[in-house]
Amino acid sequence: MLDFYDKHLTRDCSGISRRAFMRIGAASVAGLTLADFFALRAMGNTADAPKAKSVIQLWMGGGPAHIDTFDPKPEAGEDYSGPYRKALETNVKGIRIGPLLPMLAKQADKYALIRSTTHFTNAHETATYMMQTGTEPDGELVYPTYGAVVALKKGRDAGYKGALPPYISVPNFIGRISANGFLDADLKPFTTGGDPNSKDFRVGGVVPPKGMTVERLEERRSLLKTVDSFARKLDENQSFEAMDSHQQKAYGLILGEAKKAFDLSQEPDAVRDRYGRNKFGQSCLLARRLVENGVPFITVNYGGWDTHKMHFEKMDKMLPVLDRGFAALLEDLSQRGLLDSTIVTWGGEFGRSPKVHREPPWNGGRQHFCHCFSTVVAGGGFQGGQVVGESDRRAENVRNRPVYPWDLTASIYELLGIDPAGKLPHPHGCVAYVTPSASGAVPSGGTLKEIM
Amino acid sequence: MRWFVTLLMLYGLAVVGVNSRGEASGGPAAGAAQPSDDAVYFVRDVLPVFNRAGCNNAKCHGSGGGQGGMKLSLFGARPDADYAQLAKTASSRRVDRVEPAKSLLLLKSTKKVPHKGGQRIKPGSADYRTLVRWIERGARRTEPGEPTLVSIEVQPKQLNAAMKHSQPITVTAVYSDKARRVVTADSRYLSTDGRVLTVDKAGRLTVTGYGEAHVVVNYMRQTALVKVTVPQKVAGKLSEMPVANGVDKAVNAQLKKLGIPASGGCSDAEFLRRVYLDTTGLLPTADQAREFLADKDPAKRRKLIDQLLDSPEFADRWALKWGDLLRIKSEYPSNLWPNAVQAYHHWVRDSIATNKPYDRFVREMLTSTGSNFRVPPANFYRALRKRDPQGFAEQTALVFMGARLSCARCHGHPTESWTLDDNAGMAAFFANVKFKKTQEWKEEIVYLQPWAQYKHPLTKQAVEPKPLGGAPMRVDRAGDTRVAFADWLTSKDNPWFARNISNRVWCWLMGRGIVHEPDDVRRTNPPSNPELLAYLEKELVDSDFDLKHVYRVILNSNTYQRSPMANAQNVWDDRQFSHYAVKRLPAEQMMDAINQVTETTDKFTSRVPEPYTVLPDGTRANQLADGSIGTSFLEMFGRPARSSAYESERCNEPSMRQALYMINAEQLEGKINRSPYLKRLSMNRDNTQVINHLYLSTLSRYPTAEEMAKLLEYIKEADDRKQAIKDICWAVMNTKEFLFNH
Repeated sequence: MLDFYDKHLTRDCSGISRRAFMRIGAASVAGLTLADFFALRAMGNTADAPKAKSVIQLWMGGGPAHIDTFDPKPEAGEDYSGPYRKALETNVKGIRIGPLLPMLAKQADKYALIRSTTHFTNAHETATYMMQTGTEPDGELVYPTYGAVVALKKGRDAGYKGALPPYISVPNFIGRISANGFLDADLKPFTTGGDPNSKDFRVGGVVPPKGMTVERLEERRSLLKTVDSFARKLDENQSFEAMDSHQQKAYGLILGEAKKAFDLSQEPDAVRDRYGRNKFGQSCLLARRLVENGVPFITVNYGGWDTHKMHFEKMDKMLPVLDRGFAALLEDLSQRGLLDSTIVTWGGEFGRSPKVHREPPWNGGRQHFCHCFSTVVAGGGFQGGQVVGESDRRAENVRNRPVYPWDLTASIYELLGIDPAGKLPHPHGCVAYVTPSASGAVPSGGTLKEIM
Repeated sequence: MRWFVTLLMLYGLAVVGVNSRGEASGGPAAGAAQPSDDAVYFVRDVLPVFNRAGCNNAKCHGSGGGQGGMKLSLFGARPDADYAQLAKTASSRRVDRVEPAKSLLLLKSTKKVPHKGGQRIKPGSADYRTLVRWIERGARRTEPGEPTLVSIEVQPKQLNAAMKHSQPITVTAVYSDKARRVVTADSRYLSTDGRVLTVDKAGRLTVTGYGEAHVVVNYMRQTALVKVTVPQKVAGKLSEMPVANGVDKAVNAQLKKLGIPASGGCSDAEFLRRVYLDTTGLLPTADQAREFLADKDPAKRRKLIDQLLDSPEFADRWALKWGDLLRIKSEYPSNLWPNAVQAYHHWVRDSIATNKPYDRFVREMLTSTGSNFRVPPANFYRALRKRDPQGFAEQTALVFMGARLSCARCHGHPTESWTLDDNAGMAAFFANVKFKKTQEWKEEIVYLQPWAQYKHPLTKQAVEPKPLGGAPMRVDRAGDTRVAFADWLTSKDNPWFARNISNRVWCWLMGRGIVHEPDDVRRTNPPSNPELLAYLEKELVDSDFDLKHVYRVILNSNTYQRSPMANAQNVWDDRQFSHYAVKRLPAEQMMDAINQVTETTDKFTSRVPEPYTVLPDGTRANQLADGSIGTSFLEMFGRPARSSAYESERCNEPSMRQALYMINAEQLEGKINRSPYLKRLSMNRDNTQVINHLYLSTLSRYPTAEEMAKLLEYIKEADDRKQAIKDICWAVMNTKEFLFNH
């Protein structure tokens, strides 16, 4: 079975090199790449039915401070911890989190903290691209978000028949990057718009606008038939036919049952209160309802974490909102038996500088920080009550077990039963992979096998 | 055993088992050309074996990274590299010159040892014997006096055929020693239009429909075309089709040849709406429509075209298109940042407004240096993710030549002969482009580094600049090598330049390129009407690259002004321009049309924190400079993310989300509900006038008597007249007639 290879051809773009393979075979553990980890896993695993069916991504746009949330360092002193001088014990012995997250402290057995997330850029858009696509910006190919990949692989390619779109962003999409990348525009997320906490919350396009009745919708529909004479004259037009078919489906959704998934008024008040009567809390609740309706990927978009100034003032307001919504979501999913099949992720494009910038113009702010930050995963096959990786005593450097964006997405793909080394369709026939970074061209800490 | 299978899968996840035709191939296909002499040459005899066996296709060892540790160039494009893979490494066992039969190459391909790709070659077959003989003789890359493949010839080259006609194609390879060998069985075949003809792998073509199409023949990266013309049988003579200019002459000649009767001319109302949208991206207002329809001047169409081409809205609309191609965007992946976006867009718009000759427009971009804020066209080199000579070359080739050079980066274009060497030759012109930062936030200087060299990605040797399809160029490397390239590109006899932009303008106005897609120019993608393309190219060059002139010629043609209604005998035609092809309004036009009708606006704000931008109220989507500034509406309706310069990135396909929006969106309903226009209209108690006005402002025409009667009835029967008028507005905006340019 042995073969020889040329020096610069040790790696093929499908992900595994022979040299890497042989190295693993020789039980050398240091310096493994993600590709090697796939190799190791594949050797030990048969194709089990995937554990996870859906993903809820809690996206903290702007970059939340890891030191104030899931990686507190009270011992580092006030220059670092700011006013948050005490960490909270959780319901898992030895795991402490930030003092403004008391409800999440009671759910620590359900999630795993990754305190060694790391990448290379402090720029919002490029960092967002990396975290959302699980790829490194390289060359001209713009990759889809992993939500779009899931929409493709668990949606369209898997014969998804749900009436609801397979990729939904609540309430808006994260911006800054194109979701579908080089994939079809069809794989962009559907956005609900509006504020799920508002009494007037109506999902754009699905729930009729204020004052619109079903009768009037029907009346308009027949009026449209009357005036659409041009379409009748110009028959055999493919675009027209496609448009008619989409229109029919749209009416099916508007007038049918599926839209009830978006109707938060069907939830008891107690449940709504538990999630928090705010945009984020109700978005989390909506996400749970969408999971119950079989939607494979939901992004809950909670922005505002780019706190260069007034950092602690903003944290005082935002962290309790996060705490309540996130904790309620985990508890609720768990009580309904959905957590085993639903991955919940939390994080932004990077963390924030652990050292507080007290000088003007920041006057107590935290800056972008990509060297070391925290992300959280729960459910769908990820074990709770775990901590992966470790930062140094000031949360400034990864002390051990780095986790790169592609390690995270590759782990999620695996739990969903999506082959991280599988191919993606490209409009001009370029060869593109689900996790191109698996080629070993970039550093990797490997998939999160210790908690899967 | 399971362990063993897993192990195999690990091997590069080399799932190759089948070739592109879905079958494992053994020995040579029937009739494979055999060497007529005793010699076995690597290029002439050995590489074709890999082609036949499917070893070097894009799914196996010919993919960008190879397969299972062995990498071959796609279809044998780089014999030197392939040779190095197989036989150069002294320790390699792929070729064993001492015991040829133990060469891994033979063991693997015959599956005597495990091979993920299965058995590709049968032991003892002619192909097998060829490989053995080559190895026995020392497995040499070249032999003294070895003939090289010069070209291929096909028979027939051209064919006038009737429906269901079927015949074989013969392919002959011509070598440098004048030897000719029939290589029909070793060539690959592709039909350019499956509705006109099909072709099997043995090279037999079968006519399946009317029209004109080509068979693309490929042997060892040499290509040739077989043109097949299938005229439609029409009863009687085709009636004479009107001719306004050279466009119509060329189009009508082709239609006559193919027996396709053209549709008649479009109505004034259709023309009005169409030409407004195509030139300015906007609907005509009700007043403009009424005035034009009432105008008795026989030259009114020509006059309107002139007026619109000189309007500021023309510059808005086409600066938007160029913004797509040049990828003007603050954030990922262009990362131009707001100040540079504004400077660049302003320069582009200004160039269009002043009708800067196209050659100068392009030359300024290619040869600029300086600050991204002060020298706007220098941003051409910045609006890329891959800011290196290869990236510049690929963007330049794509945008100004329509050539997809980037395929050559990994594996060569599947049906074109561009290779990594061609890619590198182009990149060498841009080796001297460098960037440096300044103290100013996000300012960047594009500067030249004389004497910079471009190294070939594989050989690591310095590459001589060589334009695509041209000869290597002697350039003064102490100076600006980009100038030499710009001189070559923008010269009047350049084979790419004028041709590509003429074809693009045609595609932008007609919905389909003469070469389609317009950014997929290659010999194996021939134009559907070469004379038409040549005519437009000549018009552009003869007018000293006056791009507006080309717009004017096309817009004044009868071909442009045809009806969208097909007749029974041209309904199948979508490439000879026998009738006007309807196109869904692009995202920006859709938004502006809805806003114009309802007299409402959308708010555009920048997501980039600094400098925070809120565009003035009333800014139209057509005027947006920055691909990072938009709304979910624009994304929903397929505006491109400017992630690439490909035309296809803009998506005008309908989707369910769009349908939901148009039927039921709060936002659209809000626009209708608070529309100042509809409020004003409702105050007019004369229902006929109301309906007329509504039709003029949305569809640029008066309603038919039947429509009028039905709508009058609808208003009369409604409980709430105001609401009924809103309903009619909603319904009309949901018609195909509104949503499409027709």
